[in-house]
Amino acid sequence: MDLHVVGPLASPVERAAVDAILGPPDSGWSGGVRDSRTDGHVARGGHAARGRRELLLPALHALQDRVGRITQPGLNYVCRRLSVPPAEAYGVATFYSLFATAPRPPAVAHLCDDIACRLAGAEDVAADLERALGPAGAPARDGRMTWLRSPCLGRCELGPAALVTIAGETPVLDAAGILGRLEASVRREESTGAPRSPSDVMRTRASVPQAGSGAPLRLLARVGVADPRSLDDYRAHGGYRALANAMAMGAAATVAEVTDGKLLGRGGAAFPTGRKWAAVAAQAAQPHYVVCNADESEPGTFKDRVLMEEDPFAVVEAMTIEAFATGSSRGYLYIRGEYPLAEARLTNAVEAARSGGLLGPNVAGSGWAFDIELRRGAGAYICGEETALFESIEGKRGEPRNKPPFPVEVGLFGKPTAVNNVETLVNVLLILGDGDGRGGGARYAATGTDGSTGPKLFCLSGHVARPGVYEVPFGTTLRELLALGGGVPGGRAIRAILLGGAAGVFVGPDALDVPLTFEGTRAIGASLGSGVVMVFDETADMVGTLRRIAAFFRDESCGQCVPCRVGTVRQEELLARLADRVEVRSRAEELALLGDIGRAMRDASICGLGQTASSAIESAFRQPELVAL
Amino acid sequence: MPPELEAVFTTPPARASRTPVAPAVEAPPPVSVTIDGVEVRLDLPTLCYLENLAPVNVCRVCVVEVTGSRVLVPACSRKVEPGMEIQTESELVRHSRKLVLEFLGSSVDVSLAGPREPDGDIARWAERYGADASRFGVAAPPAGAGVRDAHEPGHHHAPEGSAAARAATVAQPVKVDNELYVRDYSKCILCYKCVEACGEDAQNTFAIAVAGRGFDARISTEWATPLPDSACVYCGNCIGVCPTGALMFRSEHEMRDAGTWDEAAQTVTETICPYCGVGCVLDLHVQDNTIVKVTSPLDSSVTEGHLCIKGRFGFEFTNERRRG
Ligand SMILES: Cc1cc2nc3c(=O)[nH]c(=O)nc-3n(C[C@H](O)[C@H](O)[C@H](O)COP(=O)(O)O)c2cc1C
Ligand code: SF4
Ligand code: FES
Repeated sequence: MDLHVVGPLASPVERAAVDAILGPPDSGWSGGVRDSRTDGHVARGGHAARGRRELLLPALHALQDRVGRITQPGLNYVCRRLSVPPAEAYGVATFYSLFATAPRPPAVAHLCDDIACRLAGAEDVAADLERALGPAGAPARDGRMTWLRSPCLGRCELGPAALVTIAGETPVLDAAGILGRLEASVRREESTGAPRSPSDVMRTRASVPQAGSGAPLRLLARVGVADPRSLDDYRAHGGYRALANAMAMGAAATVAEVTDGKLLGRGGAAFPTGRKWAAVAAQAAQPHYVVCNADESEPGTFKDRVLMEEDPFAVVEAMTIEAFATGSSRGYLYIRGEYPLAEARLTNAVEAARSGGLLGPNVAGSGWAFDIELRRGAGAYICGEETALFESIEGKRGEPRNKPPFPVEVGLFGKPTAVNNVETLVNVLLILGDGDGRGGGARYAATGTDGSTGPKLFCLSGHVARPGVYEVPFGTTLRELLALGGGVPGGRAIRAILLGGAAGVFVGPDALDVPLTFEGTRAIGASLGSGVVMVFDETADMVGTLRRIAAFFRDESCGQCVPCRVGTVRQEELLARLADRVEVRSRAEELALLGDIGRAMRDASICGLGQTASSAIESAFRQPELVAL
Repeated sequence: MPPELEAVFTTPPARASRTPVAPAVEAPPPVSVTIDGVEVRLDLPTLCYLENLAPVNVCRVCVVEVTGSRVLVPACSRKVEPGMEIQTESELVRHSRKLVLEFLGSSVDVSLAGPREPDGDIARWAERYGADASRFGVAAPPAGAGVRDAHEPGHHHAPEGSAAARAATVAQPVKVDNELYVRDYSKCILCYKCVEACGEDAQNTFAIAVAGRGFDARISTEWATPLPDSACVYCGNCIGVCPTGALMFRSEHEMRDAGTWDEAAQTVTETICPYCGVGCVLDLHVQDNTIVKVTSPLDSSVTEGHLCIKGRFGFEFTNERRRG
């Protein structure tokens, strides 16, 4: 390949930002001193540079964080350093919504206007922002700031939510307050090891109402109890016992316990974790990888964020166990770009574990080597799909791969890979941290039902008195869960409940006694998905909610396959026609067409995004009392 | 394929029964499988599949039903396995194909799309599956030049009111920025073939890639730079693989505009490229004694359908000499 890079040179600031990630350039060919202004043909740098393609996303983040956008010269510099063709790098940069390739002010408030935050008054905040700063996207205050609408930010229990990003030497990523933050450009000090302040405790209570209430918590046991910044505190609260047990038992016995625990994946697909691990362990191809899927972008989902913010060492320990069990020496933790606090705490946890000898060349003195790298997503729901996630880590557009082959055979970098959700992994600690770990699987499986074992986190949001993450055993009914959350405020009647997020299903109040298990929800044609339980009372704007869901899928489709790329557009148009009464055919024909669109997306799309893009909308139309159009 | 293979096609696949017609180079065969040593050609529509490129299975027009699979599978890339039960024309299959054709027909100018062989072009498939693209309303007005190139991921104008009665399309002005070929992205179905041919599968130039996301995804140079400023080397291999006429010789584009393009009046003459020692097979498409475009057969062991700028575009001088 003959790398063809033309155009002006990157500014010193941009180069420094990129060099901070990639190290200094080792020759003029990769953008060092012999750089020429006119002719950008690079003849060297080939194989070694291309082998670092996985640093493309981090390098793009460096540019975005430093100057607030990705300029052509900045991108060119990255291309030379990594020997990536500019057209491909541009294709990657324009895939992610947190990256700006057009001019954008350095300070941006990303306001969540997604379904839960709409219920919490996001449109009022949008109106405020519009009054104060002008229309979304327009530069305000001498081009220093702007605001944008955002899909679910994973803070639904605290909505209306916003993420403030301020580019600069010390970039700010903050998911708290909005306008005040933006104006003052306040910087969050994420100090490590400092005692928990009262505001930390308040924040924990707001997200995990059960914390400190005496409820018997296992997944959330350390939340609000142990300092999430301290390895010592983590160990003092039972941390790293599970890893010690696993290492004492050996890899095969570890997998066997997880299999006995009948642990099913909590990322949405409910796949048996033990079977996945065994499959990876058995692969001859080397190396093996483990990946923690912390992309959590399903609207209404925030449980993984809370786990990572409040118990980050648990995620690190569980990944280490997963690697040990599957014979992997490298792990990637892919966290969505909108989770700054979780990312800071995980970064700290990984570093602390490394200096404590629990990661690195000699894990816990065993002679076994394992380490974890964090990768930050950049605004793309699709990157939670496991194969799109691999592509994203590899420095490509987050386009899902066709399956088979499955990740256990051909995964990250084409190698056998075990990918698991954050909550799934934390469950592993319950299995292996129990006693000496032996028989832990069977004891774990005693909780819940036969088909759904263990405890489960639910993300309760919308019209409930105390939204937040709740831990209950599988089999708890919807009614009991809502009662934990204090019920509907003002005693208003429930109109609908969304189970499983935007990719899930609406159920009516008649479903309140359904047991929250994989099989129980399946029996009523719903699914648990990622654990979303979003309540809509009789005052809720259901049509607006459905339109927002349609807009979400239209925005988040990767665009690769026709059914999803065009189907999500047609679905959104059709809903708008029905709502605004501008049908192009009879109403009956339009409704039939909606069904046709949904069916083709479900049957013929490549991945789960397209396959579920019509799920919630169609479920609502099946129950006319839910949507009065 | 091993002899023990017993894939069962519950809808008997059509045997190869078609005689290739000119221009033969543009007619990829239907997807075929070999069963007990006999090649069986499945009568399946394909758009993003081409035998000389790695299958990307994105258009989804070739989907078939495989017993035990929750969703339909793309015939172009899914390996046939022993014991598989495959239905190639079930109701489920026909429904998805119909919708895919309607989705494309309502959002893209597919007037020239599809391998042009009997029962092979997109209009015939539309008829076969009863696709009616007008079900989604009339087309929205085209975008201005560069507008689609500037769309940012994750932000779109939600349709409202009467605007929702107009189906969004990818219509936009033709990109004419060089002497040799034009890019009419109103006709682009995003089959990825040109990207593959420009990059990994043939030319290794990587001048174009997919940019943007979702419905705003598009084939683009970096920053939508005009071709002369890009890495393009004008091998024209993207034109050779384009199934929709979005990429087209400038000569063909101008003749079509002027209404003088007449495929029926064209002859195809096979020859060897005179420029270097590789010996690429050329098919010269001649109309009125003038070369109007140059292709190379996909099954040529020398070129596999791919050429360089000289073989592809270096014919102008013949036209000059004739006039002089
Ligand atoms: C569009 C889409 C988005 C997804 N997003 C996530 C996600 O954010 N987090 C997650 O754990 N799984 C997500 N998944 C599911 C993953 O593909 C995969 O099944 C999961 O990470 C496996 O882990 P588990 O077995 O522990 O659940 C998503 C799937 C699809 C189709
Ligand atoms: S279903 Fe949608 S998100 Fe998934 S591959 Fe197809 S276009 Fe991309
Ligand atoms: S954070 Fe706004 S809906 Fe989830």
